[in-house]
Amino acid sequence: MPFLVKDTALLEAMAFVWLEADRLDHAEFEDWLAMWTPDAHYIVPVEPGTGEFETHLNYAYDDHAMRCKRIERMQSGVSVSASPVARTIRSLSRFRLLADEGQWVDLRCMQRLTEFRRARERTYVADMEYRLERGAEGFKIGRKVVRLINADHALGGISYIL
Amino acid sequence: MTETVHSAPGRFDAMLKEDRALTRLYTDAALFEEELEKIFTKTWVWVAHASEIAEPGDFKTAKVGREPVIVTRDRKKNVHVLVNRCRHRAATVCEVAKGKSNSFVCPYHGWAYALDGSLRGVPYEESYAGKLERGALGLRALRTEEYNGLIFATFDDTIEPLVDFLGPARKWIDLFMKQSAGYPMMTQGEHRFTFPGNWKIQLENTTDAYHFPLVHRTFLNLTDGETEDMFDLMNKGGWVEDLGHGHSVMIMMPELVDLEDGLDAPFPEKFSALAEELRSEGHDEAKIRRIVRAVGGAGFNLNLFPNLGCSAAFFRVLQPISVDQTEVRHVALGMKGGPVAANVARLRIHEFFQGPMGFGSPDDAEVWDRVQQGAQGGADLWLMLNRSLENEEATPEGTRRGDVSSEIGMRAAYRQWKTMMEA
Ligand code: FES
Ligand SMILES: [Fe+2]
Repeated sequence: MPFLVKDTALLEAMAFVWLEADRLDHAEFEDWLAMWTPDAHYIVPVEPGTGEFETHLNYAYDDHAMRCKRIERMQSGVSVSASPVARTIRSLSRFRLLADEGQWVDLRCMQRLTEFRRARERTYVADMEYRLERGAEGFKIGRKVVRLINADHALGGISYIL
Repeated sequence: MTETVHSAPGRFDAMLKEDRALTRLYTDAALFEEELEKIFTKTWVWVAHASEIAEPGDFKTAKVGREPVIVTRDRKKNVHVLVNRCRHRAATVCEVAKGKSNSFVCPYHGWAYALDGSLRGVPYEESYAGKLERGALGLRALRTEEYNGLIFATFDDTIEPLVDFLGPARKWIDLFMKQSAGYPMMTQGEHRFTFPGNWKIQLENTTDAYHFPLVHRTFLNLTDGETEDMFDLMNKGGWVEDLGHGHSVMIMMPELVDLEDGLDAPFPEKFSALAEELRSEGHDEAKIRRIVRAVGGAGFNLNLFPNLGCSAAFFRVLQPISVDQTEVRHVALGMKGGPVAANVARLRIHEFFQGPMGFGSPDDAEVWDRVQQGAQGGADLWLMLNRSLENEEATPEGTRRGDVSSEIGMRAAYRQWKTMMEA
């Protein structure tokens, strides 16, 4: 059965966020930073289901400058919780294209991330919402929202990017 | 015959002296159980801020020590703190963190309780043959008192009133609340995280300026130059004061002790965009000065024994889970009805340092974890709490103080700990 146009968009979006995940797990942060539009936000909200981010408390509400700082912190060797940086391996699955408006698509999927550091293993599971914007060189991330399944409960220290 | 006054030798003398302690205080599970009984059920424990249960019917769940409680506001606006345990066969009657309700109905057999805890409904009551003493079967209520929006509860009906327990700390609570700049103070959400360590390691840290330049070097490197200068804590003339009852306050930025003073001082450059936005919304200059000056919080950390910190711009709530597991909440604060732009600015400042993904707290949590790990070694070696022991001095208010990185706050907390554990 041939793919429909919509399936192509889904496959392209999947390939793109897999690339993003791979870059994060393999510490290719310069390339990761270049995957975003200039005014995009990386958001980890506290309240499950909220659609209001700016006026609510988040774990992270990062514009470009904050993303750069987060990476600087991880790489500086000065932060005791990020020296060494936790090893992470994440998988993304259950992809669904929620909208395709030509200029942009909305992709939802799940992420299961395992962290290992100082002989301890931890897992964070999240619903991911990506706004991906189409440009001359393909997709850029217009917004990434990480909805942790336990966001409104106690987490461990997370000195890396989800 | 001369009379000499000897204090009776205490049970804990061998492991806790005025200026040092053994790591058993962090590692002994039996001691932890004893703390829950002798400290957490016998003192005032913070459970809520008034704004979290502002309206009749509002409630939140909390803990006093390990006991689950519900904090409610009834129709007459009175606050109740009720043990979250059905009087029939012990099921919790509420598992919602925060909400609004008329009553709590137990999910097991349907006993229903009013907002003040009284038992209102018992399904199929006839089988008790009229002998069920409803009046004696309400949810257990704790003694509850409030000071300047801070709600505390205790299981002990014999201890001093809350105002006396707080004592000289009241002045600092009042100063802390000034950061809502004339609006009612409100909470704006919270971050929760756990660390694998004893609760007292966290308690000590709230008045520990000594760790700041090292543990928070990464925060200092990443923030703006003005903030970096503000947080040059070791060189700002701050101090730590023992406020009695285990409470202490660490003044980090003396210029920000009273947020209603110095309103004519120029704004830090980093807040000029916020000030401009408030001007464009038509707020008058005096109000703008008050809001902007307070946006980063007060210049001190107030540590209230045993579980609340009023830390600069947020509440730090400490929840012991086990001898080597502690949960910490960082509750963000704001101005109820205040300008959205200023409340948003406060949220972004909170996110920058606090919580499990902030640029500060994970580093704190890491060193506390390291303390617990290290405490597995050298059971006979002392934890040193003697920093700036030699330069303690009396204040005009009759309290004692030491320099900004003095460990006097920790000494104060452990003195209270010992008094309560030996009582
Ligand atoms: S345990 Fe609550 S009604 Fe039976
Ligand atoms: Fe700290």
